[in-house]
Amino acid sequence: MSVFVYVEDWDGALKKASFEAVSYAKTWADMLGRSVVALVSDSATGVDALGNYGADEIRTFSPAVSGFGVAEQVKSMSEGGSGLVISGTNFGKTIAPAVAALSGGGLSTNTISTPLQTAPLQVKRGAFSSKGIETIEIHSEFPIISFTPNSIGIEERSGAGQISSVSAQGSDLLELVEKSVTTGKIALPEADVVVSAGRGLKGPENWGMVEELADVLGAATACSKPVSDIGWRPHSEHVGQTGIQVNPNLYIAIGISGAIQHLAGVSASKTIVVVNTDAEAPFFKAADYGIVGDAFEVVPKLVDALRAFKAAQ
Amino acid sequence: MDILVCISHVPDTTAKINFTADGSSLDAAGVQFVINPYDEFGLTKALHIKEAQGGTITVLNVGGPETEPTLRKALAIGADKAVRINATPTDAITVAQNIKNHISANAYDLIICGQESIDYNGQQVPAMLAAMLRYPFVNACVGLELDGNTAKTKAEIDGGHAAYSNALPMVIGGKKGLVEEKDLRIPNMRGIMSARSKPLGVEEPVAGTAPTKSASFEKPAGKAAVKMVAPDQIDELVRLLNEEAKAI
Repeated sequence: MSVFVYVEDWDGALKKASFEAVSYAKTWADMLGRSVVALVSDSATGVDALGNYGADEIRTFSPAVSGFGVAEQVKSMSEGGSGLVISGTNFGKTIAPAVAALSGGGLSTNTISTPLQTAPLQVKRGAFSSKGIETIEIHSEFPIISFTPNSIGIEERSGAGQISSVSAQGSDLLELVEKSVTTGKIALPEADVVVSAGRGLKGPENWGMVEELADVLGAATACSKPVSDIGWRPHSEHVGQTGIQVNPNLYIAIGISGAIQHLAGVSASKTIVVVNTDAEAPFFKAADYGIVGDAFEVVPKLVDALRAFKAAQ
Repeated sequence: MDILVCISHVPDTTAKINFTADGSSLDAAGVQFVINPYDEFGLTKALHIKEAQGGTITVLNVGGPETEPTLRKALAIGADKAVRINATPTDAITVAQNIKNHISANAYDLIICGQESIDYNGQQVPAMLAAMLRYPFVNACVGLELDGNTAKTKAEIDGGHAAYSNALPMVIGGKKGLVEEKDLRIPNMRGIMSARSKPLGVEEPVAGTAPTKSASFEKPAGKAAVKMVAPDQIDELVRLLNEEAKAI
C-alpha cells in the first residue's frame, strides 16, 4: 500500500512545508517501492504542483474545522497505508498524535531525518530541546512521521499526480470563534531566515531597524525571552527552549547574549550570525559568524550592504 | 471545578545534557530535575481558576519514585493532591493510555497539560489523550476563560491566533500566555510544610501498546569555531554569507 501524506494549506495556498512533506513521503515510498498519495483540502489551489514533488495521486477532501476532525478524516483516508507523513507545523502537531491514537500507529514527532531504514522504521529526531538527537524505532504497521519543517528540504521531480476527490467524515468537538492571521508576515517556524533581537536593543521603539533588516532578507522577526517577558515584543516571537524552536538557513541574533535556553531554540539553524557589544557573550561560541559591535551602528550598515548585494544580483 | 494537571519531571532548562556511554539514555548524574516549564504555566493557571471559583487540583505524573519530589513541589505550590502512575515513561501512547485510564476512574472537568515536555519534545501526549477520550482539545493554548461549563480558549496557530469555544470537559496543551512568567509561584515555607501531609497516591500502570522505542541518543555535532568580522567590514560578512555559507 501507498505512503500517505497530509498536505496542509494556508487559506488555500500551498507552501514550502506542504511540498517538503510530499518530498519526504516520496523518499520514504521509494525505499519501500510504494507510491505516494497526497491528501489535501479541496479549497487549496494549485494542487497539481504536488506531482512535481513526487505525489502519484492527489486526493482532495473537505476538511473538518478542528484538528481532531481532520485527524479522523486523515485516519480513514489512509486506512491500510504503509505510513503517513505530516509536517510539524502548529496544526500538524495537533493532528499527528490524534491520528496515532485513533489508528494505534507509532509516531515520531520532531523528526529531522528521512528514514535510516524501514524494517523496523528508524529515524532521527530532536530531543532535549536540540541538546540531543534521538534515534527512534517505530514498530508498527502504520508508522507516522511528523518532521520539523525545513529540516529535510525539498526535492523537485518531474511528474504528474492523478487528481480525484474523496469524502471523509470528521467530527468537530470545538467551535472556531475567530481566526486572526497576520498577513504579509512570514511565519516563524518555517522561515528561511530569522532576524532576532534581544535586550541589547534597549527598547521596543528601536525595533524599526530589525524589521528593516528582516524586510531586506525576506525574514521573520523573533526575539529573546526577556524581551517578550517585559512586553517589548509579543510572546509569539519568543524563540528558545520554552518559546518557538526554529531551524532556518540563517539566524541573525542582535543584542542577545545567548543563554543556554535561547540556544536550545535556535541551535539547529544552519548558519548563525551574532552581533553583540560584549565579546564575551556566550552566543559567539554557538555562532558561525560574529561581530563585536554596537547594533545601532552595525545593523543599519548591514541593511545597506544587503540592499546593495540584492540590487547587484 | 475538578482540574487535573499533568506534570512531567524534566531536566532543568539550564542543565547540560549528556548521555550514558552506550548512548541508551540520559546520564542523570548531576542533573537537577524540575516541573516541566510548560506544565508550570498550566499549574499556575489551575491555581488561578481554583482561587476564582473553588475546586480541587490534582497533579499527575507517569514515572518512577524519583519523580515524587517534583510532585511534592507541585503540592507545595498549591495543588491539593498528587497521583503517580508507577511506570517508566518510554512511549507517548503508553503514557496517554495510562492517563486516560486514571481519568476514566476519576471525573475531571478540565485536563491541563503542557504543550510539550522539554526532554523528549514529543508534543504527543495531550492530543493523544484528548483523542482517546474524545474530548475537545486545544494545542498551543495561550488563553483560557471559563464561563460556567463553557471554555473559551485562545491558541497560537501558524502566523496568528485562533479563538475557540466548547463545553467542558476538555484537554489543553498549554504554554506561556495561559499565565505570565511573573505569575509563576515559588513554594513558600508554609506550602512546603503542608505539601508533606497532602495525599500522594501511587497507582499501578496498565500495559500499553508501546509502538515506539528509543534506539540511541547522541549529542549534536559541535560547531566549527566562530569567524569574527570587524564591525567596519560588513561587506565581508555579506560576502561570507553568500559565498561560504550560501545563506543568502
